[in-house]
Amino acid sequence: MNATEAVNAHLVLASRFENIEVAERALHDLCAAAGCDGEQLYWVVTALREAMANAVRHGNRLQPERKVHVDLSVDSSAVTIRIDDEGEGFDPSLIPDPTVPENLLRPSGRGIFYMQQFMNRVQFSRAPGGGTSVLMIKHLQPTTRSAENEKPSP
Amino acid sequence: MKSQVRDRGDVRIVELSGKITIGSGDVKIRELIDESLAAGKKSIVLDLAGVSTIDSSGIGEMVACYTTVTKKGGHLKLLRLSPKINDILQVTQLITVFEVFDDEAEAVRSFG
Repeated sequence: MNATEAVNAHLVLASRFENIEVAERALHDLCAAAGCDGEQLYWVVTALREAMANAVRHGNRLQPERKVHVDLSVDSSAVTIRIDDEGEGFDPSLIPDPTVPENLLRPSGRGIFYMQQFMNRVQFSRAPGGGTSVLMIKHLQPTTRSAENEKPSP
Repeated sequence: MKSQVRDRGDVRIVELSGKITIGSGDVKIRELIDESLAAGKKSIVLDLAGVSTIDSSGIGEMVACYTTVTKKGGHLKLLRLSPKINDILQVTQLITVFEVFDDEAEAVRSFG
């Protein structure tokens, strides 16, 4: 992939699950414009979907009038995603490890784990409006087009 | 998500394809498993060969279905994982929970 300037997008979406597809489409378009694709993007998209789902369901509690603010930036070296919701915020340290034996059969609680597995950096903070803001960064390998079956490791 | 259901003897084969994600496919899996149990089919194979994406809600629903089927005295097993779905089961450690097969006949025989 040749060096590229960053391409950016800012979306303000109603809190509906179908808008996860909108954010995913936007990320695909940006990555195409930046000239990057490949297996790595599969896992970045997976992390984006998890962060969006958390914002819609847990942050904004499925209230469409509450918005999800999505900032995407893609260049030749990294994909940067920031998602803010308008909820009450939460403490991610309270989420139990879903991989320990006593939690394996829990039907929920794997979303943040997914994000942490598939991105190089995941950082939670308070959004300007008081909700949750999550910043995720994935460093792109220069051989993304040929990175077949890349494992979902940071 | 699309699905197709068929029986091989006493074993219910549920073929899934497309995305198993929040708000759509995850609920559909639950409905398919409930229908199987209601039909007396407690030996169930989920064929995931056509599944392109499964998010944490989809994985969570599969886990919930596993628990439901087990509590009913049945067994839920997985067939034909794509490399990506296999990776997800590995990182979530759920590969230690589910029995996984590459061959349908072998999966059917495993129910004994």
